[in-house]
Amino acid sequence: MNSQELSAPMTSEMPDSGRDSAAQIAAAVGDAPVVMDCRIKTLHYGDFLAVRDTDIPIVSNEITAFIGPSGCGKSTVLRSLNRMNDFVNGFRFEGSVHYRGQDIYAPEIDPVAVRRSIGMVFQQPNPFAMSIYKNVAFGLKLNNFKGNFDERVEAALRGAALWDEVKDKLSSSGLSLSGGQQQRLCIARAIAVEPELLLMDEPCSALDPIATRRVEDLMLELKEKYTIAIVTHNLQQAQRVADRTAFLFVDTSAGGRTGYLIEYRPSAELFEDPREERTKAYIRGEFS
Amino acid sequence: MANAALTQAPAATGPRTSLRRTIGNRRTLGNSALTVLAVSLTLLAMFPLFSVLYMLIVRGGALLSPSLFTELTPGAGMEGGGIGNAVVGTLVVVAISTCLALPLGFLGAVYLAEYGGDRKLATLVRFAAKVLTGLPSILAGVFAYATVVVTTGSFSALAGGCAMAILMIPTVMLTSESALLAVPSKMKMAAFGMGATRAQTVLRIVIPTAIPGILTGVMLALARAMGETAPLLFTALFSDYWFEGKLTQPIASLSVLIYNFAGSPFEHQVSLAWAASLVLVSIVLILNVTAQFATRRPEEQ
Ligand SMILES: Nc1ncnc2c1ncn2[C@@H]1O[C@H](COP(=O)(O)OP(=O)(O)OP(=O)(O)O)[C@@H](O)[C@H]1O
Ligand SMILES: [Mg+2]
Repeated sequence: MNSQELSAPMTSEMPDSGRDSAAQIAAAVGDAPVVMDCRIKTLHYGDFLAVRDTDIPIVSNEITAFIGPSGCGKSTVLRSLNRMNDFVNGFRFEGSVHYRGQDIYAPEIDPVAVRRSIGMVFQQPNPFAMSIYKNVAFGLKLNNFKGNFDERVEAALRGAALWDEVKDKLSSSGLSLSGGQQQRLCIARAIAVEPELLLMDEPCSALDPIATRRVEDLMLELKEKYTIAIVTHNLQQAQRVADRTAFLFVDTSAGGRTGYLIEYRPSAELFEDPREERTKAYIRGEFS
Repeated sequence: MANAALTQAPAATGPRTSLRRTIGNRRTLGNSALTVLAVSLTLLAMFPLFSVLYMLIVRGGALLSPSLFTELTPGAGMEGGGIGNAVVGTLVVVAISTCLALPLGFLGAVYLAEYGGDRKLATLVRFAAKVLTGLPSILAGVFAYATVVVTTGSFSALAGGCAMAILMIPTVMLTSESALLAVPSKMKMAAFGMGATRAQTVLRIVIPTAIPGILTGVMLALARAMGETAPLLFTALFSDYWFEGKLTQPIASLSVLIYNFAGSPFEHQVSLAWAASLVLVSIVLILNVTAQFATRRPEEQ
């Protein structure tokens, strides 16, 4: 389905009211422990309003999926959760992101410390121009890890379903791998430091179904100890792995392209019985 | 009707238009013509280079022997001798200038690429460096004469190194900057995303990734500096003796030797100038080839 085609008629027909209220979002969380409470009022790139009114609570030891049409701001929201947008010129953020009770946008916060405990796998594979082993060990070195490097590197590579393919060439360059292998290397690099919260931006978009399943198994395994937020275009994947799902959409009514949250609910409810019209249309379109 | 059916039948199974290469075709002809043009112009451009190399080997190769490198330059009208002092001198002067130019140029490049951005200071430094790359080399010599030779009161290897360094710094800085900027920003983002500070990202990711490009820049600058004569005439001068470890004394160099001997009335000195030219070109070539091999990335092997 081409989601952009879908967006044009829908936004013009439907009023802005078709989205979850704060009370509905709070009800969707219930009394589950929220590890990261993301409340975006507005998020600008220069004069461009990229995202507004998006509150997504991320529950501890769960997988939270972000879905929505291309360009609706899923990556933007995800990047703002570990302050990666700070590197974009003209980035402005209004709202708050509370992580374990601290607002990571508060002035006294060190963004470097934020990124140490919140890991990220990017939409594009981005291994370093160094050996496979060193790629995975990079974060360990940064954190002055004192334990057994070989063990941790192997565990991370196994976790990312890459070990069997690279165990005989750990010293060759990370750039010599295929695109899908590079993406798994990046996953291994991110999980090697065992971040409390792991943000993954379409980690499986370059993977074949088998590797995808293995990464999904890994996510399910990781959530026992850590928390994961994942952006995905694959609705089946969100259904398979995510405990809760946030559906974002793009508002083109005022001439801009502003993403905002439509619906946030436990995945089973959102996919089987969507509350909002746009969610229904998006899910229906995806399956037809 | 029958005809139409016949002509349509193969179209369903075979390609619509012939995919075969045809010689007379305008597209093919144009393609070949451009290839021929490009190859012949390239050969034409290479012609001076190869004729120079040919002359060097024919005229300079005759004197090649171990004693060429182990003996001192002969005086006027004398036979024998070599160019040993000039070879050593050139290497010493180039080493001095590299020691001066590499840290300054490289760190300048790190500032420009990673911290400067569009800041006024960075723009100014970049502009100055671009202007300096076009600086006539004789001016670098005059500058080093005025600042080093006049103040220390003597011609010296150090002054020669300074003059060369002035020529090397802008090249090292600008080529290193572009090598640093060529490091994909997604690699930097990956490092930042792991919680690396800017310094850690620059030291562990950006610089190691850019090393091949930086070395290429250094080699370019070195090769240029090594052949320079004018800046050394005012600074290092020349010496008929071996380098004794004193940087404050005049020193011999291949380029000045060539300058002095090429116009000499004595035939033997002229042939030594040819030999020195061949040696100079060979040193530059060897340095370049070594750098190419040393900096080749593992995945390219
Ligand atoms: N660095 C940036 N500078 C300026 N605008 C940006 C930047 N990154 C994203 N945008 C804009 O913000 C909007 C949201 O982009 P984003 O990458 O978050 O979309 P997305 O939902 O992740 O899309 P996709 O599913 O295609 O990855 C887009 O209109 C995009 O053009
Ligand atoms: Mg995206």
